[in-house]
Amino acid sequence: MPQGDYIELHRKRHGYRLDHFERKRKKEAREVHKHSERAQKALGIKGKMIAKKNYAEKALMKKTFFVLLNADLKVKGKVLKQTILAMHEESTSRRKVDDDVQDGAVPAYLLDRENTTRAKILSNSIKQKRKEKAGKWEVPLPKVRPVAEDEMFKVIRSGKRKTKQWKRMVTKATFVGPGFTRKPPKYERFIRPTGLRFTKAHVTHPELKCTFNLEIIGVKKNPNGPTYTSLGVITKGTIIEVNVSELGLVTPAGKVVWGKYAQVTNNPENDGCINAVLLV
Amino acid sequence: MEDEAVNNVMCQFTDPEGTPLGAPLYLPQNAGPQQLQQIVNKLLNNEEKLPYAFYISDQELVVPLETYLQKNKVSVEKVLAIVCQPQAIFRIRPVNRCSATIAGHAEAVLSVAFSPDGRQLASGSGDTTVRLWDLNTQTPMFTCTGHKNWVLCIAWSPDGKHLVSGSKAGELQCWDPQTGKPSGNQLVGHKKWITGISWEPVHLNAPCRRFVSASKDGDARIWDISLRKSVICLSGHTLAITCVKWGGDGVIYTGSQDCTIKVWETSQGKLIRELKGHGHWVNSLALSTEYVLRTGAFDHTGKTYSSPEEMKKVALERYNKMKGNAPERLVSGSDDFTMFLWEPAVSKHPKTRMTGHQQLVNHVYFSPDGNWVASASFDKSVKLWNGITGKFVAAFRGHVGPVYQISWSADSRLLLSGSKDSTLKIWDIRTQKLKQDLPGHADEVFAVDWSPDGEKVASGGKDRVLKLWMG
Repeated sequence: MPQGDYIELHRKRHGYRLDHFERKRKKEAREVHKHSERAQKALGIKGKMIAKKNYAEKALMKKTFFVLLNADLKVKGKVLKQTILAMHEESTSRRKVDDDVQDGAVPAYLLDRENTTRAKILSNSIKQKRKEKAGKWEVPLPKVRPVAEDEMFKVIRSGKRKTKQWKRMVTKATFVGPGFTRKPPKYERFIRPTGLRFTKAHVTHPELKCTFNLEIIGVKKNPNGPTYTSLGVITKGTIIEVNVSELGLVTPAGKVVWGKYAQVTNNPENDGCINAVLLV
Repeated sequence: MEDEAVNNVMCQFTDPEGTPLGAPLYLPQNAGPQQLQQIVNKLLNNEEKLPYAFYISDQELVVPLETYLQKNKVSVEKVLAIVCQPQAIFRIRPVNRCSATIAGHAEAVLSVAFSPDGRQLASGSGDTTVRLWDLNTQTPMFTCTGHKNWVLCIAWSPDGKHLVSGSKAGELQCWDPQTGKPSGNQLVGHKKWITGISWEPVHLNAPCRRFVSASKDGDARIWDISLRKSVICLSGHTLAITCVKWGGDGVIYTGSQDCTIKVWETSQGKLIRELKGHGHWVNSLALSTEYVLRTGAFDHTGKTYSSPEEMKKVALERYNKMKGNAPERLVSGSDDFTMFLWEPAVSKHPKTRMTGHQQLVNHVYFSPDGNWVASASFDKSVKLWNGITGKFVAAFRGHVGPVYQISWSADSRLLLSGSKDSTLKIWDIRTQKLKQDLPGHADEVFAVDWSPDGEKVASGGKDRVLKLWMG
């Protein structure tokens, strides 16, 4: 049996010494003075070390707020000391009881409910329609690096002697709709590799600050050109339409919104996933 | 020849409680609802002809008896029990347009309430103010500042002379609706936010003085506005009180998150009864006489009363007429997705358990005539129940978000619901269908109210505007 366990066993059998807690309290109370004495007396590197440690402790103490108070009073002297300091400061600085008026008022019947994602009604459908017509969006990424054609496509040589060069393979991530059927290979000009096809995107809601894995409905606009849009190429800055029916957004007329636009913020071909920001 | 063609059927008229009205009658089978109406009016010796709706085994009779009998293959040998429900003699026009969108509040509107006479409108908001609105010009009239935090509840006294609001900081304030000035200091006592306010019915105490407030801290307090202090503190609930109602028989009902409903006596604050049964929080309570208690002496005719005594007399008359000789019924909606129908004066056991909702029930409300109960739930539906037996009648589906609040029109023919999906919807009780969809809010609708005179509907929500709707 290890040394320290004997005392535990003894305590289990006979309980604490009658004066145990009193001694402990006194020891803790004297510890501060001892520490101070040592700190004042220590010279050289020892003194520097103690000073540095004290400084770090005090800096932490200053930061420690009300939170720590409830957290763990039972964790030994040091934390206790910090909390006491924070408490002390709190008592000296006059402040209002926590009654500052917060934003986002909710009625009494919702006050005790857990705050489920309180999605605002973002989609003003008319606004969205108008934007759609103009083909312009106010987007988080206004400018994107133009992607040259030879970067976008890889030439595939075909024919028996591999002399024909009219086939192209898309080297970027693509979205291929569920209803897509291939053309016969003879006429298939663009190949969209299955490894780079995506059906889902990680879409961040900018106001709720949370991310959802949503299904892609379609590619609305690729900034590099309409051909890429029609091919469904997804590069950085592309605007895609995602299925937001899970989020429970509602139109002003009280219908569930299911399609919303989002802009891609990463390079999907490099990352292997699509990250996007919902356009509000 | 013709006489033979018309068959007779033995019918027994009963009132909604099931007591027979007179002896069974032989009625010609070609009699429709209109003929029945005449017969019932004659039977009951009504001076003015009241409209009635007729129900045979919980289905409304809209065709002549003959067609009904044939369609449902009912034996003509048996006595046909017909339930007659008196209808309101006035009709409320369904609202169908938004007449005004009034901005003013700087935060979400958390509660709206029309005064009992339907002439004034007050709203409480997250910007810590209570506002009174001019209904004729549809403009803000008074802004009452003074609360420290969100104004969660407002309540008009049934004589329309006082308005009380409760805030998230736990203080209550009484306002004079004529001037918009606070009358007296804040009433402090609650340690946490106010969840509900209910006034003493006017037929018990003529100039309204006392009201009860419920708080998150688990206490309900009775306040006296002339003494400006808390008279009695009703403590006993172990968790927050969610709903409080001052019943017409002079008792207070409180529903709490500790799953119980407690019934208190109001002179000394003693606990009379404890109604147990719910498995989770009790969210909402409704009394069968609630609408009469709320409106006090005011009815659809728009009569005004000069003295409190007169008001008290009329209110008592109205209350007794509404109540009939049945005891007061109470419905409680809960987080356990069910509702209970109680008769607290008779027994401490529930009369019926009303199941069917798939999510928590947020709001329950008795129709003004007491024949229906409507319940709003987070499962996006509003359900209609028989107010006497508690049987399920219909479900109104159409909202795409949780339904927060409901409100009845004064004639009990229409029901209004406001939802998280930013719309209000009006449901027709007779056809059990959607009557009117009222989109217009830009965000969740937190509070709805139908004015007691039936002219207007007010709604407020998270988009910070107050909307008035008209027919």
